[in-house]
Amino acid sequence: MSPELEELYQEVILDHSRRPRNFGDLPDAAVRVHGDNPACGDEIHLGVKFGPDGSLQDVKFTGHGCAISQASASLMTMKVKGKSRAAAMEMLRAFHDLVTDETAEASKMLGDLGAMQGVRKFPQRVKCAMLAWRAVEQALQQSTGESTISTETEFAAS
Amino acid sequence: MHQKASDGIDWKAIREDFPILREQAHGHPLIYFDSAATSQKPRAVLDVLRNYYEHENANVHRGLHELSSRATEAYEKSRQRVASYLGAASADEIVFTRGTTESINLVAQAWGGKFLCDGDVVLLTEMEHHSNLVPWQLLAERTGAQLRFVPVCDDGTLALDRLSSLLTPEVKLFAFTHVSNSLGTINPVRKLCENARAGGTLTLVDAAQSAGHMPINVRELGCDFLAFSGHKMCGPTGIGALYGRAEILDSMPPWHGGGEMIVSVTLEKSAFKKAPHRFEAGTPNIAGAIGLAAATDYIERIGRSAIFEHDAQLARYAAERLAELPGMRVLGPTAERGALVGFVMEAAHPHDLTTFADQYGLAMRGGHHCNQPLMRRFGLPGTTRASFYFYNTKEEIDRMIEILRDAIRFFS
Repeated sequence: MSPELEELYQEVILDHSRRPRNFGDLPDAAVRVHGDNPACGDEIHLGVKFGPDGSLQDVKFTGHGCAISQASASLMTMKVKGKSRAAAMEMLRAFHDLVTDETAEASKMLGDLGAMQGVRKFPQRVKCAMLAWRAVEQALQQSTGESTISTETEFAAS
Repeated sequence: MHQKASDGIDWKAIREDFPILREQAHGHPLIYFDSAATSQKPRAVLDVLRNYYEHENANVHRGLHELSSRATEAYEKSRQRVASYLGAASADEIVFTRGTTESINLVAQAWGGKFLCDGDVVLLTEMEHHSNLVPWQLLAERTGAQLRFVPVCDDGTLALDRLSSLLTPEVKLFAFTHVSNSLGTINPVRKLCENARAGGTLTLVDAAQSAGHMPINVRELGCDFLAFSGHKMCGPTGIGALYGRAEILDSMPPWHGGGEMIVSVTLEKSAFKKAPHRFEAGTPNIAGAIGLAAATDYIERIGRSAIFEHDAQLARYAAERLAELPGMRVLGPTAERGALVGFVMEAAHPHDLTTFADQYGLAMRGGHHCNQPLMRRFGLPGTTRASFYFYNTKEEIDRMIEILRDAIRFFS
């Protein structure tokens, strides 16, 4: 097995792609975002419910696509659930750096998400990894309603 | 498959003509299974390009000096070469373009812009590459013409029983692919053209996947237009051609304006050259055209029938071997297919699969292959495609199967 493959497809990523967590519909979601990666055909349908303090009380997703996109979505939901908006945005920025910046150290706050670091060696796969995060970013921006985002538009948070 | 006595061709030796096939990728010998995207180039073509720039380079049709004469002669000879390669009646029926996409856009804009009106119909098929779909969508928006589609059956062939009901008098053009770039289906071009012609409908054949892979004679096929790209048939990128029946090309207005395509220009208006030069504004891709002609020479030396047979055998063999794998779905017709196999595997998404394979030196393509509506038709987000050319071998396919077995173990 090549070291790059081992690094890209770490066991935690394969595990989350085979058995995604927080997978399913969120019936009382305040906001729904449909994320599309047209270059690859990856899809994420994200539902977010906010608590009284504005934090991300519950986060669930459905969708299909490559292992990277699905594992990233699964890990993302676990990570941002229960967090404040500010904390979620901070994670988004840290995650973006993790998968794009050759020199970035995996921030402690990312925990398991550090496993996605291998993506930076595969520039064509960055969009797969970012899809779920683009969706949650959009969910935070609009707070209610339904919308669609695509990885083919410019990433705004960097 | 190679060194086969029956065709008398030493296919292994032919590999030596392609310097790039000695490359390594990620520390493994390169297995190049992406020729449907672009083919590799033989030394014969590379040498001609170098020779052109070292001994003939000048602009065409304008200089009165020696080099310009050489360049012009080489460029126009290339046009004749392409004409004879396609069986066209005259070199005047060959317009040099950047490739298939530009050729189709030329027809959509110059022919479609003049002859299509509100209520007219362009008939396409559900298996068209975006390059034979989007230009017509743009045209339809501009003219009010409608698009109509021949459906694709589950086995990847066209629903030919629907053809007569679709080919109504409003259909002014039927544009379709010769070989599907993701299913491998070989469409019955001659029959399709015959049916269209019977109702007075013009035809355009997208030969991107066939021009370098099988014998093609436009007069035998009976098409009015045929578009192809040089880079998929051993030629350089950025060059291709449009064949157009003389009578139709002559009836079409220019599409790009500029130098080379005019007879005389005043500040108010211009008079244009005849076809094909009317459609070649600006300095053309001279080296590209000469390289393309060299590619046709190279292909003809091997023989297009032999190439077709060789590639078809490889594709059949690949489809058979792939079917041995668990959770495998091979797309496209089983009886006869072009030089490619598209497939999906339960164990892994096409992008994970191609990333995995790439680490072992195996270059395949994963995704929608510029065929989004067709993928939707089959309920797939994308496929993995292994596409072949005459420099590929059976041993490479065996190695692909090993790598895919490893991938199944890895991702399951």
